[in-house]
Amino acid sequence: MARTRPRTTPLAATALALALTATACAPAGTGTDDDTVTVGLLHSLSGTMAISEVTVHDAVQLAIDEINADGGVLGRQIEPIVEDGASDEATFAERAQKLLQSDGVATVFGGWTSASRKAMLPVFERNDGLLWYPVQYEGLEASPNIVYTGATTNQQIIPALDYLREEGHTSLYLVGSDYVFPRTANQIITAYAQAHDMDVIAQEYTPLGHTEYSTITDDIARTAPDAVFNTLNGDSNVSFFQQLRSAGVSAQDTPVLSVSVAEEEIEGIGADNITGHLTAWNYYQSTPTDTNTGFVEAFTDAYGEERVTSDPMQSAYNAVHLWRAAVEEAGSFEVADVRQALDGTTFEAPEGTITIDGATQHVVKTARIGQVNDQGLIDEIWSSPQPITPDPYLEGYDWAAALTG
Amino acid sequence: MTPTPAPGRRTPLARLRGPATFLALLAAALLLLPHLLEPFRLNLLTQYLCYSIVALGIALAWGRGGMLTLGHGVYFGLGAYAMAIHLTLAATAADPLTRGRLPQFMAWSGRTELPWFWQALTHPAAAVTAALLLPAALATLLGWSVFRQRVRGAYFALLNQALAAAFVILLIGQQHLTGGSNGLTDFPVFAGHSLYTPTAQTTLYTLTVLTLAATYLLLRHLTHSRYGRLLIAIRDGEDRVRYLGYDPTWAKTLAYALSATAAGAAGALFVPVMGIISPTLIGVVPSIMMVLAVAIGGRDSLAGAAAGALIMNTAQTTFSETFTGGWTYLQGALFVVVIALAPHGLAGLAHTARAALRRPRTPAPAQETATAGSTP
Repeated sequence: MARTRPRTTPLAATALALALTATACAPAGTGTDDDTVTVGLLHSLSGTMAISEVTVHDAVQLAIDEINADGGVLGRQIEPIVEDGASDEATFAERAQKLLQSDGVATVFGGWTSASRKAMLPVFERNDGLLWYPVQYEGLEASPNIVYTGATTNQQIIPALDYLREEGHTSLYLVGSDYVFPRTANQIITAYAQAHDMDVIAQEYTPLGHTEYSTITDDIARTAPDAVFNTLNGDSNVSFFQQLRSAGVSAQDTPVLSVSVAEEEIEGIGADNITGHLTAWNYYQSTPTDTNTGFVEAFTDAYGEERVTSDPMQSAYNAVHLWRAAVEEAGSFEVADVRQALDGTTFEAPEGTITIDGATQHVVKTARIGQVNDQGLIDEIWSSPQPITPDPYLEGYDWAAALTG
Repeated sequence: MTPTPAPGRRTPLARLRGPATFLALLAAALLLLPHLLEPFRLNLLTQYLCYSIVALGIALAWGRGGMLTLGHGVYFGLGAYAMAIHLTLAATAADPLTRGRLPQFMAWSGRTELPWFWQALTHPAAAVTAALLLPAALATLLGWSVFRQRVRGAYFALLNQALAAAFVILLIGQQHLTGGSNGLTDFPVFAGHSLYTPTAQTTLYTLTVLTLAATYLLLRHLTHSRYGRLLIAIRDGEDRVRYLGYDPTWAKTLAYALSATAAGAAGALFVPVMGIISPTLIGVVPSIMMVLAVAIGGRDSLAGAAAGALIMNTAQTTFSETFTGGWTYLQGALFVVVIALAPHGLAGLAHTARAALRRPRTPAPAQETATAGSTP
């Protein structure tokens, strides 16, 4: 039986906690000195997102090492301050604030989930910082304090739909994880389908981390759509593709086009479960450019032969190089000066030459449809005729007018 | 030399010690810390203190009432979302570009008009009222219906946890009403005042400290009243209390509802401080962390529980900033060590230590001394 404590309560413990908080108060950071410039690296190194975000973190680190070996930025060595977003939006916001206010970093490379970006956005706007966000996302955003180096919807989702339509796939089955990106992507897909005489047979959502897909895969086998548009995220893909194969759905009859499955995820799914299915990205490990050969080699040298490179990793790697180019163009580390220099900044990236569009602070890039081969890598089978100008609010698409309200 | 107080009676000096310490801490927190801490740290401390308010409520429901609640994230979330919805509307109205339009995520989801419960939260006073009353109402409804059925122990805990899980699924699924998994974020104004100025942050801090102090005093008063003793009696022998002619249902429901209200208040304060609320901040894991903070601090003591939340969150930040790679192991180790060595939490530890110091020093029996001396 628990006893009631007398009322002399441990106020000492409270005092201790207050003291701890006070001592945790580090002196404000110096930001830059004559030899170095500090930048923030803010990804989830723990929690559910760590498995994806650590790869992006590694790619940023690689770019920093390359630049430092090449003489740094404006003659200064880049010194990263690493923080853990811990797969938690509040932590992302908190750490972003620390990096900007206490450490006074010149810029921050970070984020993966939309929720983490949404959480950091006000912090960067309030402190006039500059965040480089490396992942393809659901669009509808163009903050002056963020540079988006991944694809927006008109550089990934819409080209993927164009491709499916060209191939004569007119009935689609939509499967997605239950969060903002899939729901928004499916709204775009539905509007596109309506405008282009395509059918959306079904729209199914499962919670993040869900592993039981037999109901959905049986339904796909029964309804036999021309293609499945897959916006599942993370581990769910493993179960989905295994159970899809068990349900007897083949990539020849019903190809699944995934927008969140890259080289990294195929390893987990097992190449034999997904061979022949399709993906939509802007970069693959097999993308045939000279820069990419060097990038893949440098990455495997640094982190091990078994490691693969993926689109988000490449976008994160590009971000550091684009930042360097903009800083050197501006001749300054100040955010206001760097922002002025962003428009037209280009980089000879692994995915090809990329350019920042100053109006949206997104990157002009080529869309690529790939097919998974039995080695677990992705072969490019289609690409957009030319690099696509980012249009995060889909203002250039009449059929999307009803969506943006 | 201090005279040994007679059992059951305390010297006037000893009786003053508690209130004096309380006032000293309050003064230090209000007058000193805002000058000592840089704005970022003050903001962090405010967040932690919000969790301390939740901890006070849990200490009442769990420590005194024996109701292990693994779903307090729901009540925290109701308070937080009520405030966040109001702040989103205020932000939309404050910006000339968006004035008179729907919040962006709603327009994009195909909504053409504001849902009724958003409209109801247009006024700041409505938001504050809803942040307090919604958790209280839900807890009363849930508490009354399950305590009447004599649902308790693990079943009650699981029921709470299921509620937290269901609430998160609802929030994510209703993206057009709630912002989905991204939650609601970016709150520049409240009642016409900018939230982004240093003054606003200090004001929020002061408000949080005062809310914490008021909650503490209220709950302390309650736990020392007849009602407090009844609650403990129910915790330790519900059936016996029933035989004595009391109906435990209302007593438990009241404690549970008060505890939910505290969580709602904390949620409403947390939103302008943190600048974001999303389903991951109020789901099953955060709910368990809220209870864990109380376990670490000591669930039998209100001040212990509040300190537990403060210490746990401070430790988490400190570990993660210092050891970016392996901080989760350190955090886990902290939980294991505290729970293993101090089952009554840090408050229990402090109490034991104080009792040991106060114990009158009588010479130990000779034999025992000899044995102790002969032990190598």
